[in-house]
Amino acid sequence: MAQFITLRLLHTILILFGVSVVTFGLIHLIPGNPLDILLPPEAPKEVVERLKVEFGFDKPLYLQYFAWLGRVVRGNLGTSVFTGLPVTGELFSALGNTLCLAVPAALVGFSLGTTFGTLAAFNYGRALDKLFSIITILGLSMPHYWLAIVLVIVLAVLWPILPAVGMGSGGGLPTSWEDARFLILPVVTLSMIPMGVIGRMVRSTVLEILSQEFPTALQAKGLRRRRIVWHVLKNAAPPAMAVMGLQLGYLLGGSILVETVFNWPGSGQFMNLAIFRRDIPVLQGTVLVLASFFVLINLAVDVAQALIDPRIRR
Amino acid sequence: MIWNIQRAAMVATAALILAMPPVAAKAGGTLRIAMTASDVPTTTGAPDNGFEGLRFLGYPVYEGLLLWDLTRADKPAELRPGLAESWEQDKNDKTKWIFHLRHGVKFHDGSDFNADAVIWNLDRYFKPDAPQVDPTGGAFARARDPWIKSYRKIDDFTVEIGNPRPISYFPNALVYLFFSSPAQFQKAGSWVEFAKQPSGTGPFKITEFKPRVSVTLARNEQYWDKNRIPKLDKVVLFPMPEATTRLAALRSGQVDWIEVPPPDAVPSLKAAGFEIVTNSYPHTWPWVLNFGKPDSPWKDIRVRRALNYCTNREGLVTLLNGLAEPAYGIYHKTDPYFGHPKEQYTYDPDKAKALLKEAGYGPDKPVAAKVMISNSGSGQMLPLPMNEYLQQNLKECNFDISFDVVDWGTMLVATRNPPTAPQAHGVDAMNISLAHATEFSRFTTAFLTSTFAPNGFNWQHWSNPEFEALVSKIENSSDPEEIAADIRRAHEVIVDDAAWLFIVHDRNPRAMTKHVKGFTSAQSWFQDLTRVWME
Repeated sequence: MAQFITLRLLHTILILFGVSVVTFGLIHLIPGNPLDILLPPEAPKEVVERLKVEFGFDKPLYLQYFAWLGRVVRGNLGTSVFTGLPVTGELFSALGNTLCLAVPAALVGFSLGTTFGTLAAFNYGRALDKLFSIITILGLSMPHYWLAIVLVIVLAVLWPILPAVGMGSGGGLPTSWEDARFLILPVVTLSMIPMGVIGRMVRSTVLEILSQEFPTALQAKGLRRRRIVWHVLKNAAPPAMAVMGLQLGYLLGGSILVETVFNWPGSGQFMNLAIFRRDIPVLQGTVLVLASFFVLINLAVDVAQALIDPRIRR
Repeated sequence: MIWNIQRAAMVATAALILAMPPVAAKAGGTLRIAMTASDVPTTTGAPDNGFEGLRFLGYPVYEGLLLWDLTRADKPAELRPGLAESWEQDKNDKTKWIFHLRHGVKFHDGSDFNADAVIWNLDRYFKPDAPQVDPTGGAFARARDPWIKSYRKIDDFTVEIGNPRPISYFPNALVYLFFSSPAQFQKAGSWVEFAKQPSGTGPFKITEFKPRVSVTLARNEQYWDKNRIPKLDKVVLFPMPEATTRLAALRSGQVDWIEVPPPDAVPSLKAAGFEIVTNSYPHTWPWVLNFGKPDSPWKDIRVRRALNYCTNREGLVTLLNGLAEPAYGIYHKTDPYFGHPKEQYTYDPDKAKALLKEAGYGPDKPVAAKVMISNSGSGQMLPLPMNEYLQQNLKECNFDISFDVVDWGTMLVATRNPPTAPQAHGVDAMNISLAHATEFSRFTTAFLTSTFAPNGFNWQHWSNPEFEALVSKIENSSDPEEIAADIRRAHEVIVDDAAWLFIVHDRNPRAMTKHVKGFTSAQSWFQDLTRVWME
């Protein structure tokens, strides 16, 4: 197991290097750089060029990239061209805000998805199967920014029981019900996709396992239904967990659309802002850290799968 | 006799009641505003995020030697003395200006504003080796005040600023240059730290700064202009770039005021009891025509006049639910500087077709032109539906318009390069909204031959000898009436020559609850929050 983890971590370094090169290349494919956006339209080229020299954007791209890489290796993600603030502090504050949404949304989405998927599979072809299938397909296919807008219109404007936007007075982890209310609409919205994906996945996996011979054998052996369900779910867990890992990664990256609708200062909004402003240090730092999380979550899922399923360990 | 005294007393009491200011008892409160900015504008006194940054984190907190008079809604905002009480051009050398600074002004940290503070700030912007140098702030300053060549302190309350040539309108440009506290910078040690505990001289001071979330301003009780001490206790500003999010925040009571409500939401906002405040201001939404391109159709004046005559501005205003007004020039028709151009671009498709026929175009040979448009951007209004409307509208006069849709950053890059450069993508025009303030200093940067891109903001490479001569005369004149007459004439030249397709002016819309009182929508990009209170 230790060798497996070490190898995966080594792969991670290569993946992160690749990700940073691709991001750096892509952002430079778009015309303009941060200073073109930062300065007002009336700033003539000479003024922009002079500032480019100050920020080092006049240097060849490969030199700019290696200068950035050199700083990252020393644990410094640089500073934002727009705010002058260190990327690390800003990024982790944004990630913290996204975690406040992602963790509850994952818990809600995964548990509902697992429940709905299992119930649908065990009631295959009956009314319950159709009901839960409709719910999970809706969760999967409904545009969540549309759902977000509808929820805001209904629950914050027409029937104003919940706040429409923002994080409340304190920001960060809610410490009062007043602040926790701000979480409800974005969490409900964000949990829809994982609920749908996991629900569909669990349903099809459970159905596939039920079609195998061993559940029938267990039934013939006289095992209680509850025990049979346990065995089936244990077998269905590894593929569902792999999908959960991916979904958690997406949630941590923050949903640009949902965070925009709810004006939530999370990592999605942070990255979106960086893209539109071509804030290269912010974008590079954010993509690198998010990619690391993504890879590490999937590594954790692989380890957990191996622990649950002895076949994977073999 | 007694009856007379009683009657006199009653009349006097009634007169006193009528004369009492109605606002005194209601002052105070916290005003929450949703801005269109995507982030909190820079808090150091050199705000980014365009003129919205200056509107909310410029003038309320920091001040220039000159300021805007934002008290009137019935005429374009004018300049007034700010941190300088008066100024004059040096009689012996017209390239030099003497500014007499205001006494008794203090920064929010309690330190004094004086000539040393002015020079320290000018060094911050213009002296690359100064310890307090602010490269980004300096770039803003050089963009908006390109004529500062030298400066020196004469005494504690007098400074001299030098220009490369005599420029009569030079002081106007100083309204965009703000002064931050040197003492506070010494305490903070860097501009990044200063941004967290800023200090200016304005009527509001920044008390809390949460990047990307909000910034809170509080009343500056010690403000030097006692008539402009804010009535509000606090102003909280939130960046909210998404229009529907701003709308939801207003409708759910989380903010009291939103900038730029979506036009489609205006009827429902009105029906729900919200105020929609609009007014004219110096904004123009044009197509800037490319004269630099060798095969530009606009080289023929009949074609560009036809373009202006074929444009159905009223139709566009209807499309925008009244949040715009027709533009017949760069200045508004009601502006004192509009003048009396010969060409009055009413919607006249027949005249347009006749002009085009004369120029050799018709149904068999339409005028083909590609226009660069952005999907969003500062002051760009709703570029996609508005341009699609124009495309259909102009088709009836045999204009075949196609679009090159780019993002705002790409458009900014194009404007800083010549119209023939690859960055222009070979377009024949660009739909870029320009923040032309009423003062003439910004006007010249877009139309002089000396400011042809990449040297300046004249991307289109439009050039007119009469305009050049008028600007030269204006720069060398010191008679305000003569200057005003020449500015009117310069504007007439631009309109008659159809330098742009003049389309609409934005109406500066904002929506607010009925609890917001005392707001006067000045005809300006900037607004005065000191007279506002919450009921």
